[in-house]
Amino acid sequence: MQYKDYYKVLEVPRTATQDEIKRSYKKLARKFHPDVSKEKDAEQRFKEVGEAYAVLKDPKKRAAYDQLGSQWQEGQGFTPPPEWKTQFSFDGGDIFAQQGGDFSDFFEALFGGIGARQGGKTSGFYQRAMNEKGRNHHASIEISLEEAFHGTVKTITVQFPEIDSSGNYNNASRTLNVKIPKGIGDGQSIRLAGQGGAGTGNMPAGDLYLDIKYQPHPLFRVEQHNLYITVPITPWEAALGTTIEVPTLDKKLNLKIPPNVQTKQKLRLKGQGLPGKEPGDLYVVLEIVTPPATTEEARNLYRKMAAIMPMNPRAHLR
Amino acid sequence: MEKNLLQILSGQVFDENLQISLVEFCQICQINSTEVIEMVEEGVLEPVSGISHQEWYFNSRAINRLRTAKRLQQDLEINLPGIALALDLLQEIEQLRKQIKS
Repeated sequence: MQYKDYYKVLEVPRTATQDEIKRSYKKLARKFHPDVSKEKDAEQRFKEVGEAYAVLKDPKKRAAYDQLGSQWQEGQGFTPPPEWKTQFSFDGGDIFAQQGGDFSDFFEALFGGIGARQGGKTSGFYQRAMNEKGRNHHASIEISLEEAFHGTVKTITVQFPEIDSSGNYNNASRTLNVKIPKGIGDGQSIRLAGQGGAGTGNMPAGDLYLDIKYQPHPLFRVEQHNLYITVPITPWEAALGTTIEVPTLDKKLNLKIPPNVQTKQKLRLKGQGLPGKEPGDLYVVLEIVTPPATTEEARNLYRKMAAIMPMNPRAHLR
Repeated sequence: MEKNLLQILSGQVFDENLQISLVEFCQICQINSTEVIEMVEEGVLEPVSGISHQEWYFNSRAINRLRTAKRLQQDLEINLPGIALALDLLQEIEQLRKQIKS
């Protein structure tokens, strides 16, 4: 097991007052809250901050933790002193213990155990009535745009805490094959009836809601059912018009570019977006790319263009 | 378990067009209606239609909004007006991020 430096996690010195600890915790909790933060490891950091605060906000736990000494480094191999359990005893019942099992082995070894778990069980988890429908569970899954376009079957494993008949926690898991229907949208969800938590008495199990998230696609951007793709073209293609090959999600299409198009101009391919009751469209966003003038001949050609077709693209700026 | 591996489950899709009544919404989210009404009054949730509680309809976005709201409430101890503000700003950030990518 690895030592956790709770002061370092909360970014406070070992001498910090309880108020300082609280302020720092609040700030970091806001910063790393998974619903707010875009940082990759936000969820992990949020848990660590919560665990550190669970210890340091409680003067009794903090004093015990401090007794381990300041010579330890974050991540260093650690074994609790043998006299620990007899020296300190902790009753549970604080709000963090309710989350049950989310904390590190280090926390569990020092402050966990039966006390904390029982505290969680009585106050944290919703008390079950004798006859009640099971809890609805939520899970999320990322799918590629291609999978949304064609539809697919995804295998998912959902984990959830369950309380068995004798009142103990178990981390149960279940593997399911779920049909992802063609055209499902980003942010939509699928209700799987009866795949949630077990009911009590004769009541049915809850449902599982599977939230769909699209993975970012290297070529296409999605807006509702419409797709956008940026396609580079040369100045002569833009000026004279041409036919170019454009990828859709399942094929390639020939797109006619009319003469005299400008960069950022959008061309719509009707019905080539995501499928649905009203299929979306594919928008081709043109981007004119100019060839660099690397030879004298090329530079002369640009000079000739400037002489024949003078223009001021910045007329609107003055 | 082994049986599950062979079976392919199909579910009901919750899209933006789905209209969910207050009663259904409470069942889905396993929350009582007074809490939902309070959240609507404070702007955390917005029914897509309906004037009185009985006529309210929500869409599937409201389910996600409620779940985020509950987490913000529990984890950061934010009150309802604060949650409404945070959710609106988060939504705006999300839209701006999408625009930047284009």
